[in-house]
Amino acid sequence: MTDLKQQHTPSIQPSSEEERILPSGEREFFFDVSTSDLEINMGPQHPATHGVMRVLLRTDGELVTGAQPHLGYLHRCAEKIGENVEWLQYLPYTDRYDYLSAMNNNLGYSLAVESLMPELEIPRRATLIRTICAELNRIASALIAYGTYGLDIGAFTPFFYAFREREWIQALFEKICGARLTYSFIRIGGVFNDAPPGWLKEVGMFCDVFEEKWREYYDLLVENHLFVMRTKDIGIISEEMAYDFGLTGPMLRGSGVDFDLRRDMPYMDYKEIWDAGVYQIPLGRGEKGTTGDCWDRFYVRVQEMMESIKIVRYCLEVIEAGPVIGDVPKVIKVPPGEGYVGIENPRGELGHYVHSDGGKIAVRCRVRAPSFVNLAVLEDLMPGTLLADSVAIIGSTDIVVGETDR
Amino acid sequence: MSFLALVQDTITKDNVMGTPHDGGNFVTELLAKIRPEWLPEWMFILTAVGIAVGFIVAMVSVIAMWSVWMERKVSGHIQCRYGPMYAGGWHGWAQTLADGVKLLLKEDMIPKGADRALFWLAPAIVLAGIFGALAAMPLSYDWYFARMDLGVFTILALGSTTTIGVVMAGWASNSKWSLYGAMREAAQVVAYEIPLGVSLLCPLMTLGTFSLLDASREQATLFGWDCGMGWAVFTNPFNMAAFVIFWIAALAETKRAPFDLPEAESELVAGFLTEYSGIRWSFFFMEEYAAMFLMSVVGAVFFFGGFETPLTALMRAADLEGGVLYNLVCFGTLVLKAFAGVFLMMWLRWTLPRVRIDQVMTMGYKYLTPLALLCVLLTAVWEYVRYLVVG
Repeated sequence: MTDLKQQHTPSIQPSSEEERILPSGEREFFFDVSTSDLEINMGPQHPATHGVMRVLLRTDGELVTGAQPHLGYLHRCAEKIGENVEWLQYLPYTDRYDYLSAMNNNLGYSLAVESLMPELEIPRRATLIRTICAELNRIASALIAYGTYGLDIGAFTPFFYAFREREWIQALFEKICGARLTYSFIRIGGVFNDAPPGWLKEVGMFCDVFEEKWREYYDLLVENHLFVMRTKDIGIISEEMAYDFGLTGPMLRGSGVDFDLRRDMPYMDYKEIWDAGVYQIPLGRGEKGTTGDCWDRFYVRVQEMMESIKIVRYCLEVIEAGPVIGDVPKVIKVPPGEGYVGIENPRGELGHYVHSDGGKIAVRCRVRAPSFVNLAVLEDLMPGTLLADSVAIIGSTDIVVGETDR
Repeated sequence: MSFLALVQDTITKDNVMGTPHDGGNFVTELLAKIRPEWLPEWMFILTAVGIAVGFIVAMVSVIAMWSVWMERKVSGHIQCRYGPMYAGGWHGWAQTLADGVKLLLKEDMIPKGADRALFWLAPAIVLAGIFGALAAMPLSYDWYFARMDLGVFTILALGSTTTIGVVMAGWASNSKWSLYGAMREAAQVVAYEIPLGVSLLCPLMTLGTFSLLDASREQATLFGWDCGMGWAVFTNPFNMAAFVIFWIAALAETKRAPFDLPEAESELVAGFLTEYSGIRWSFFFMEEYAAMFLMSVVGAVFFFGGFETPLTALMRAADLEGGVLYNLVCFGTLVLKAFAGVFLMMWLRWTLPRVRIDQVMTMGYKYLTPLALLCVLLTAVWEYVRYLVVG
């Protein structure tokens, strides 16, 4: 990896005939002209960094020769707060790390706490509502990824189309829990309240409409020739590289690795749904270019929306009336022990590690954030690409800075 | 010859880069009718120049204002939105006026470390280039500022000078992103000037003139029949291919998506515009929309008949040629055709993703330039065969 520290002092390249090997493997020769690379800060205020992330780029013309992501602009001590507030009070904080998939974050935390409470029984209806909400939120999150990736590539219109359907999902969530972005709906023991009358029917309607609209998305961007030209064969993550960096989620599946926590480490009722043969796990196969390129990752995300729709439909079929929250006291006391539950978030494995000493407050609360882990790969992907490609690569990692920094 | 005499010669005899014509432009003609005897010659010339410049400035402003509103409405409707709906009442027609007032009232900021002189000069140069190019655009058969025999060259040459302003803006801003935008603009314009010019040679050969007025007049007849439909794209199939090349190159020239790399807001923040704000920023936008309009005018005049439609042919048949109504219809026809082109540009912008810089260069040098040259060759062959057959 290029060491960026050394060029904090302005350096002038040697004027003699010297050879330098670029990270892309090309050799560059220096003759009489003395040039130096341009150091440029992409961010913290830059439209392509999806929030307040800073990438220190070293560029030679349009060519990026070094990149170093800098984090911490959105650090809010979420994990430390988890060790200072009661179990249930921490739930709203989980909404805020990946604010695009707050339902999934709630779910991950609740499951982790519930794993320490073996006698707590989660009602079946609660589980199914959780699944519906989590999958709907996965679609909403994938829609944002779809739209913003279009923006990164320079296509504006798909963003608005994606927002149209996301708006409906948010309206659905507003109906069930009153909030549009930070829900705190899935909580320890079940969900906050039952679905209002007609809500499940409307979800079914949404599924019908979305299937039609999804075709539009697919034609508009995924198969768009200019889009394919921009995203194929860049930012290639090989299978080994994906393992080495501990990538999860669409980043991993884009490289052709068949791994999905919903199937491989089942939680809630996902095992039952998988056994019923409801959904598949889309993988990147290098249809347009090389396996593991930006297009593959994007393709996986778009395909996953449809798989989520299938899961939601299945849940709507099997759901029955019943209680939606288990027997949870007002002030939760969690039996002593340690628990880790990783769930398949839209961006990868979201793991919550919680450690209880039997009290009202966690001793240790730790989050394994997928965006944070996936981000590390940028440093290796970006050198050797063009400036426009580096934007496409950042976009294809689909990071949420709230989650990387927590 | 003194400078004043040169100006006088230019305006009165109208011999800009060509053989002298009788008569001047419509401004001087109108002024000559009301000119008092005691008014000295130089005052008359200055008045004529002032009126013409004022007219062009007003035209650029109106075009930009209308285009911005149109862009917002077009993009809105493409994106399942309405766009502006409140300002002014009817579909937010006054939105751009309101924006203009806002931009005028904004603080005039020049960033620390910027090259103040160049920073100040860049928008002026950009606007001056496009004003000059618009002066070569005829409004109708009898209304024009200068009857130029090499009008299309003037437009292309002056239209390209805006690049200097853009590069200047990028350099003067003292921002790395701006510099990137400026360099991209320079590379892009150099790459696409060639196919732009070469593809225009095809209709120039078909029509046999460089003058916009004559080119339009040439397209009135289809196989000797004065029906107003003898457009260059209809009389020669290779002109259609040339038009596609011309249009792609025009998009690149005017920095419109999918070639909006100099601005590329997701990559370069706002490219060369990053440090600009307020009315200076809006000058660049006025230039962009005026350039879009101008490119569409060139496309309309040399490929799609200019002032000619069946309506103008009918009016000629009804012996209305030369009248105010006839000229108004000509003017309206050209503006409509030009705005159809502007609409096409907007449609493309809100549909397509941006291409990468290496793809831009590949397309310009490897595909468009050879294809344009091939088009010229084939057009020449076609024209020669037509000459042999039709005579």
